Amino acid sequence: MAFTIETYATTAEAARAMGADARFLAGGTLVMRDVNAGDQSFTRIIRSTDPALTAIRGTGDGISVGACVTLHQIVANPDLAFLAPVARQVGGPQVRNMGTVGGNLFAPHPYGDFTVALLAIGAKVTTAQGQKPVDDFLRDRDRSGLVTEILIPRPRDPGSFGWHKVSRTKPKGASVMSIAAYLPREGGRIRNVRIAFGAMGGHPLRATGAERALEGQSLDASTIARAAAVTLEGLSPPTDPLASEWYRREVAAVHLTRLLTRMERS
Amino acid sequence: MGKTPVTLTLNKAERAGFTDPGENLLNFLRRGLGDLSPKYGCGQGTCGACTVLIDGEPQLSCLVLAETVSGKTVNTTGGLADGAQLHALQTAFMDGFAAQCGYCTPGMLMAAKALLDRNPRPSRDEIAEAISGNLCRCTGYAPIIDAILAATGQQVQG
Amino acid sequence: MIEFRKDLFADERDDTLNEVGKPTRRQDILGHVTGRSPYFDDHLFDGLLHMRAVRSPHHHARIRRIDTAEAERMPGVVRVLTGKDVPQNLNTLLSLLDFGIDDEPLLSTDKVAYRGEPVACVIAATELQARDAVAKVRVDYEELPAVFDVEEALKPGAPTVNPVYPKNAFVYHGRYDHQKLRFGDVDAALAQADHVVEGRYQMSPIEQAPMETCGAIAAPEQNDRYVCYTSTQALFFSLGTAAKMLKMGSNRLHFIGGTVGGGFGGKVDSLHEPMAILGASLTGRPCKFAWDREEEMQVGAPRGAERWYLTDGVMNDGRIVARKFTGYFDSGAYTRLSSYAIIKGVGHLPGPYTIPNVHADVYCVFTNRTPATAMRGFGITGVDFAIEAHMDKVAEVVGMNPIDLRILNAYRDGDMKAHRRLAKNTALIECCQVAAQKAGWSIAPSSQAAASMKDGGGARAALPAHTVTDQKGLVEGFDSGSYAKKAGASAPPSPSSAQPNRPTPTPTPGQAAPAPAQARPAPQTAASSPDQPRNKPNRFSSLSGFRRR
Repeated sequence: MAFTIETYATTAEAARAMGADARFLAGGTLVMRDVNAGDQSFTRIIRSTDPALTAIRGTGDGISVGACVTLHQIVANPDLAFLAPVARQVGGPQVRNMGTVGGNLFAPHPYGDFTVALLAIGAKVTTAQGQKPVDDFLRDRDRSGLVTEILIPRPRDPGSFGWHKVSRTKPKGASVMSIAAYLPREGGRIRNVRIAFGAMGGHPLRATGAERALEGQSLDASTIARAAAVTLEGLSPPTDPLASEWYRREVAAVHLTRLLTRMERS
Repeated sequence: MGKTPVTLTLNKAERAGFTDPGENLLNFLRRGLGDLSPKYGCGQGTCGACTVLIDGEPQLSCLVLAETVSGKTVNTTGGLADGAQLHALQTAFMDGFAAQCGYCTPGMLMAAKALLDRNPRPSRDEIAEAISGNLCRCTGYAPIIDAILAATGQQVQG
Repeated sequence: MIEFRKDLFADERDDTLNEVGKPTRRQDILGHVTGRSPYFDDHLFDGLLHMRAVRSPHHHARIRRIDTAEAERMPGVVRVLTGKDVPQNLNTLLSLLDFGIDDEPLLSTDKVAYRGEPVACVIAATELQARDAVAKVRVDYEELPAVFDVEEALKPGAPTVNPVYPKNAFVYHGRYDHQKLRFGDVDAALAQADHVVEGRYQMSPIEQAPMETCGAIAAPEQNDRYVCYTSTQALFFSLGTAAKMLKMGSNRLHFIGGTVGGGFGGKVDSLHEPMAILGASLTGRPCKFAWDREEEMQVGAPRGAERWYLTDGVMNDGRIVARKFTGYFDSGAYTRLSSYAIIKGVGHLPGPYTIPNVHADVYCVFTNRTPATAMRGFGITGVDFAIEAHMDKVAEVVGMNPIDLRILNAYRDGDMKAHRRLAKNTALIECCQVAAQKAGWSIAPSSQAAASMKDGGGARAALPAHTVTDQKGLVEGFDSGSYAKKAGASAPPSPSSAQPNRPTPTPTPGQAAPAPAQARPAPQTAASSPDQPRNKPNRFSSLSGFRRR
């Protein structure tokens, strides 16, 4: 396409400039890839130099992350240490220096590992239309408009958040699947559990069956077995060059068991 | 289609050129400024052959919109040597047979330089992590890691 | 760490090597580490134009109409090429060696037979402009039934993929729809074997995935010549192909290559050069035609898929007395190098073993998949996987240590191979012995005592008394005097067509003889030494057979 590049000083102006013929350029790892491939679906590239987009700040019980904060900045920020293992497994160093938290929300399958963690932790996404949970955002992400910030709740116990990525090559490889589990506990019982899977659907999805099996229980081998038995509920794994639907279905429970067992023991 | 002027510091030299809207930094460096050292391998952020340092950070030039580097500092393998004096990484790659077809080498060198600039004595695992965004298809990871270790003056095992 | 086993074959070496085992710098490495090695794309031309192909979204379709009008009006577009612009729009790479029939267009005009097949090519000022114009080329397709499985493709009634070969099989020697190997009498030997072991093995296509994608830049040069910088692995194949398809004397083509960003076989039969030179000749300007990564993966010719059926006749003591192969190479939509891969592969059968009765039927099959080509040991690697997996299966059936089974059946110097040449410079036994030792795998004393230089030849050097032949798969309508030509087809003159036909390697039918070749004398008891000295390797030409160096 014969592109026009529009750069705005504030997110408000940039948000107004968005439209069906426009894409917002943050780190470039998604948008420039489409530009290079001759994507015919957009003609305008919107940028913003608003410093709010690259800021990380505490908000009491959570952390506000500007949409253009890179994954490298997440790794380097002590306040977000519980998410560092997730961010460290997105792409290679170059991609982490470029790719942003906001962009990751839009990453097509099998990418978007960081969003899996955001979904499990119960983050909220701020767009021009206001704030909404990641769950709702993902269902309608193609029409969301400009994302400006992501609000990440701070887990009281960092050990209640767990992360497991399955890839064919290490240390860098796209996900066969990724799993993020948030298991807050009150008096030994799991309360408000959230488990999210990546690469097991068109976008990150919650494992509703496993959540139900864990809710209100203590984390032990028999609970884990009951959760594993219903792992696939809520998920719709695709076939792609990394793995078949059959394979993903076969191994999902194995990997969930590994993650939960590791969390039980730590 | 209007062209946009871009000025930057490329390998310690002030450079300027015009870029087409949508042109990536890799094309701009190669065809606009004549620095042919970064390579095209995929255009989608998978291979790392186009890795350059932007303000010291390794990035993929094929995914950078050229005009966004205006006013920034870009370093490529084309400027790694100091005149005729090769960089320690270059010598180590030569001595350690750390290149076969050579196409991934400029990107590997930039990823390695970024690592050594912030961590002069990395471990083997840290090196593997630092070059994990760079593919090599002639099966050269082990000699490449050995060469980077050697460039830091560390003992290469095996 | 490399270990040199100088105890093995010590008398064959004088150990005056000056470089082996010592560190050395590659001659081209200074260019690599400074980013100055000149790959095809590292040449700057003022006013360079960029070419992008319009590709079929279908696996198999008839082309009703190609409308380039809107694309030609797009910004930056200089010209849109279609098949009518190509002077000789049909080619097969090995026609340069008088092997095979032209079967593949540069830009298809009548139909497409694989997804990604090029039907037009846009030339524009920038790559993005070329991509935008590609999106505006309208192609009216009529989809056809497609076939993706080699055995399905050979069944009667399967859709014809490649009109040059209506039955979807390459024609060998102008006579058969498969390449034959006949040595002894396999069926009789199988009937007398203690065990019959069957197996089916399959390999998927493998993309070479070089770091540098395929491409070429061509530009008008002085004296009515064109310079062409290319990523090719085979400069003179590319030169010959370009000269043929452009009907241009090769002395007008100045090809520069040799600095290749990885090839692994995938850059042997590239068609970028004729496309780039065609662009340069029609626009008068430098033109670049290069694949992006998606094209490299989708239309870049991979190592083809193979399927093999093996049947072994085995005696209780582990001696393999018969081995039968039926093989299918998935050539994709066009021949490229698969026909040759089979010639090479069949010459390799039955693997590095001395087996007195061997039979192979190997088909080069056309399917609606990406055309296949060379990759690292192609023609050999796939069937070797099948053979070695099968050896393990045989070992299990007869209850034998798999390494002992291999050493027992391994060829020795002086043994007759199924392609009727004596084995020389064999070393499988020593490889097995060292591998067993390194793996801590114990082998029988007789295997420890075995050696490639011992116990070969003699009766093991004899040809079978009787070889069963047949006319299965005989085809009509092809000129049997050459390797594969359509009868009466006017082939472009080539130097070899003026020469007498080469003998075909198909065995001549022998006189009737009742018995299959018996199991060769067991290696432990045979005592004769190889009847030819080592150290004088033959040079093998796949097309004309062996020649002494």
